[in-house]
Amino acid sequence: MTDKALVLSDMSVTHGRAEILTDISLSLASGQIVGITGPNGAGKSTFLSAIGKQVGYGGTVQWDGEEVHLARVGYMPQHSSVRADMSVLEAVLLGRHEQLGWRIKDADINAATTVLASLGMAHLSQRQMNTLSGGQQQLVLIAQRLVRKPDLLLLDESTSALDIHHQMRVMEHLRSYVRDTGALILIAMHDLNLATRHTNGLVMLSEGRLVAHGDHENVLTMETIRKAYKIEAELLRSSEGAPIIVPLSPSVMG
Amino acid sequence: MESQAPIAVQLRGAYRRGALRRMAALSGAVLVLVFLVLLDLVTGPSGMPLDEVWAALIAGPNGEDRLAATILWYLRMPQTFMGVIVGACLGLAGLQMQTILNNPLASPFTLGFSAAAGFGAALAIMYGANLPAPNYLVVPISAFLMTLLACFIVYFIARLRGATPEILVLAGIAVLFFFQSLQSLLQFMASPEVLQEIVFWLFGSLLKASWTSVLVALVVAVVCIPIMLRDVWNLTVLRLGDANAASLGISVDTLRRRSFILVALLTAAAVSFVGTIGFVGLIAPHVARSFVGEDHRFGLPMAAVAGGIIIIGASVFGKFISPNAVIPVGIITAVAGVPMLFAVIVKRSSGGMR
Repeated sequence: MTDKALVLSDMSVTHGRAEILTDISLSLASGQIVGITGPNGAGKSTFLSAIGKQVGYGGTVQWDGEEVHLARVGYMPQHSSVRADMSVLEAVLLGRHEQLGWRIKDADINAATTVLASLGMAHLSQRQMNTLSGGQQQLVLIAQRLVRKPDLLLLDESTSALDIHHQMRVMEHLRSYVRDTGALILIAMHDLNLATRHTNGLVMLSEGRLVAHGDHENVLTMETIRKAYKIEAELLRSSEGAPIIVPLSPSVMG
Repeated sequence: MESQAPIAVQLRGAYRRGALRRMAALSGAVLVLVFLVLLDLVTGPSGMPLDEVWAALIAGPNGEDRLAATILWYLRMPQTFMGVIVGACLGLAGLQMQTILNNPLASPFTLGFSAAAGFGAALAIMYGANLPAPNYLVVPISAFLMTLLACFIVYFIARLRGATPEILVLAGIAVLFFFQSLQSLLQFMASPEVLQEIVFWLFGSLLKASWTSVLVALVVAVVCIPIMLRDVWNLTVLRLGDANAASLGISVDTLRRRSFILVALLTAAAVSFVGTIGFVGLIAPHVARSFVGEDHRFGLPMAAVAGGIIIIGASVFGKFISPNAVIPVGIITAVAGVPMLFAVIVKRSSGGMR
């Protein structure tokens, strides 16, 4: 559909003397959902926040041939609870804060309500943010990103607090969003099976380094799982052909 | 999509009605303020009857009845207008402070700005006589500079240790004690006459107002408010948390820095001439939020109007309970502020930051 690409060359992030990410180079084409996986502390969050310009980095990160502009990006950091006493609709509207004037235009309200409806949240529009559950707040913040109509969406564990129903609903919506807009979505995920089900490709990180990236089959091998997670796992195939990982036991090689 | 259309229309209607309700609340508050302003203008120790006040207003500042003209045009009017401006400045500064610190107990007062202004004023009262400039300018300028200094100390600590609300409040308390101790030192060293002058300054009182102070405070407010209003959406987004705001492309640090300076300017404009008036900057934002919510398009004007209402209300009340010796509004707001603070705490513990 489009030929935009996210190109990382030798991206490194250090925090004090600790190296969080080391020389990551890869290229991801638009029009797909890419899962960012890896064990705790692998650098998934830092990876996304560096692309989303929230932390400084060495090397270069280019989106569509130029430096990343936050106006075109929807970056959603890991969830922290919102205490604000504002309605869900107001919060979603804030996703467009750059273009809101003193009087909010019908077009902005329509965009917000459409996103809320497509995530199955229209009925919550008038609820106050501080009365919502963690999962519901997460949905609002996803909607807040989507209403910006970004062509690069970076979601950090954004579905972690959602029930299966809403997880499915969000992922389906993201898939149709990619289909309609040709966007690139990077989503950090712990659950490898969920990742294979909902993404077009994977990036696997471990200890701040790139272990593998590409198709599910190439990324999820016995080798990479052993290397990244230090466990033995069995790889099965679902009826649809997607790989299913069955963890066996922590390997002795630990 | 077709099935969503009625919902969209319904939600849009609900949103518009909510905005109208807020406009109505704001308009109602403005009416209350106007009523209080008129009430404040017609009351005073002179006990001038209403028809004489009216006649003096019509006659203008150079009216034939010199006594009535002086009372209305050179005492009551500057005092009342100063009260409105001071209330507005403190209300705006308070709401900004609570927003950028994400702390419902933050205010210009709790973060030591008023103590700094008090020290600056005391310093100028003691040593300002040696300067070539007139005292009525040196005192507010000195108060203003100290407020700015306090602002930068708090901010510097925040930069050093991270701008978390806890660090900022701790820094504010340190600044508060620092300037209060210096102020005590000056008071200890001062001669009885100077001491009296310092103490009089510290009681925030509208009696100190003049057209000069009205003009200067108004100019500061007129310069600051448009800059602040450009940030209405940034400030509203900040209510969803630092990380969220930053990820939406807001440079939170710059916003904080800019807001800090505006808060210092507004606080200085408010307290430099009339002295420290406590609790207005703490309470007005809570009143504003409870009526119009977190949307700073409504919250900022509402906090300003609420600040004006509190001060003019206190002024009217002070004249009412003690018609012959006007009680300084600073004392009334401080006394009345305590139960209001309790109300805030109780309300807060029963849900969210309000």
